[in-house]
Amino acid sequence: MPFIPHTANDVQQMLAEIDSPSIESLFDEIPKNLRKELSTKIPEGLSELAVVKLMREYAEQDVSSLCFIGAGAYEHYIPAAVWDIVGRGEYMTAYTPYQAEASQGTLQLLYEYQTMMASLTGMDVSNASMYDGASALAEAVLMAVRANRQTKSRRILVPKTLHPYYREVISTIVTPQQIELVDLPYSFTEGNTPLESLNALGDTDIAALIIPQPNFFGILEEVDQLTDWAHRKGALVIAVVNPLALALFKEPGKWGETGADIVCGEAQPLGVPLASGGPYVGFMCCKEAYVRQMPGRIVGKTVDLDGKPGFALTLQAREQHIRRSKATSNICTNQGLLVTAVTIYLSLMGAEGLRQVAINCHENTRKLFNKITKIPGILPVFNRPYFHEILVRTEKKAADILLALSRLGIEGGYATSVHYPELGECLLICATETKSERDLEVFCEAVKRCYISENSCASV
Amino acid sequence: MNNIPTELKYTRTHEWVRQEADGTYTIGITDHAQHLLGDIVYVELPEIHRAAKAGAEISVVESVKAAADVYSPLSGEVVAINEKLNDEPQLINSSPYGEGWLFKLKVSDSSLNDLLDAKIYEEHIGSS
Repeated sequence: MPFIPHTANDVQQMLAEIDSPSIESLFDEIPKNLRKELSTKIPEGLSELAVVKLMREYAEQDVSSLCFIGAGAYEHYIPAAVWDIVGRGEYMTAYTPYQAEASQGTLQLLYEYQTMMASLTGMDVSNASMYDGASALAEAVLMAVRANRQTKSRRILVPKTLHPYYREVISTIVTPQQIELVDLPYSFTEGNTPLESLNALGDTDIAALIIPQPNFFGILEEVDQLTDWAHRKGALVIAVVNPLALALFKEPGKWGETGADIVCGEAQPLGVPLASGGPYVGFMCCKEAYVRQMPGRIVGKTVDLDGKPGFALTLQAREQHIRRSKATSNICTNQGLLVTAVTIYLSLMGAEGLRQVAINCHENTRKLFNKITKIPGILPVFNRPYFHEILVRTEKKAADILLALSRLGIEGGYATSVHYPELGECLLICATETKSERDLEVFCEAVKRCYISENSCASV
Repeated sequence: MNNIPTELKYTRTHEWVRQEADGTYTIGITDHAQHLLGDIVYVELPEIHRAAKAGAEISVVESVKAAADVYSPLSGEVVAINEKLNDEPQLINSSPYGEGWLFKLKVSDSSLNDLLDAKIYEEHIGSS
């Protein structure tokens, strides 16, 4: 479609019609101190040659480093076929098409994605994806408040072991809707959410309990107990899970006696590169009983007039183009391109491949745990089972250690004290399947050097 | 032609009301309403014991092309819901005044006078 901008003449005519002296004057009602003169700062256009040169220069600033940061985004090996297939022209439109049923291939892919996610989470239904893990959780909270007909409560229990960024995002999105978020304390020695902290709540009415698995510290929560507690209280259970971990651990659909009600999370670990923080892709699944309260698009399988199988968007009466202001959400799309990557990744890995990746992640992290906690001045913080991330306490300032390591080409983890000052100086470290014995060795040696150095870490 | 039984009362928002022998009131949506909505695929029924307020939303009827709010014609308490609709929402299409009823109310202070009779309802839908 050609884009034809207005000519200077068009602009003059339109301004004359509405009797305005200039385009700038159209913004007069916005106070001067709130306005930014962005328009004058856009540089002149560049030739293709100049753009390529500039982009190369930018690209060279990317240094490849040995990465041990997890904290919500995880480096995994992505088979070359994944993005090769995703890059095909047929998959490049990253949006659910407006005339959805004309794109049977896209719908089939989404249907297969939904099938795999539902199977991975042990839920009845999956939608066609959300923007990212944190906003998927915010949608899950809104959904739980709508769906829980046992209570009128708008109170949600949020463990402090949930990712701090997720806690901020849900607070931003749901607090203006009169939903109350109640923090649940964690055990300083175990790193999980103890049942006692729930029992301390007494008879308070609750709409839902959020359960992260594994939690931000990499620790496994007692999901069965927590789920049963919530259900006994008439609260729904929202599971926030790393989908890769589900290849090893009990799927949320089997937590406790009746399973979690809504499952969401970040699907980045399934074939999406770190890419400096995004775009990523959220997922959401639920029990069939709640499907009409679920936001987002859902693809269903059906037959056409001749009885031939085909795919169609389904349950659209939940969505805003039909239900208007009473829609379940204003999300009317999905993360098309990244869902494509996830679907191809899952298809290529298969159940056994995924399980092997998860096992390798855990084994690498266990090896790292054993090695790194032998370094004097590095101590384990929690004493509980973990998946592929561990928290260690550092005698030196964690930020200084990270700075020193980054000079050696190592991203050594995530300093948590800004979110959890009560734990002191700590590093959250992750070793996925991408790390070799040698990588672990290099990392631990670098940390050791940092400690042996008489000077501060920053001067290593 | 629209089917508008004369023994029922109606609202401008297309609900019907029938006073039962036991003093409760049965509520559903009219033949005209089900016809406009098309094939009904889902009904969100109110909870039993929930308080109903005349003119306020109490239920949602969803068809393949729209989701419509149902407004309670009377104030009172929900004493029964038509659970058959959970599995067979199409009963609203096939029998809007019979098997397709939605819920029953116990009404403390009946204000049936505010409701329309069949003739006025027919004029109302004729003019809309």
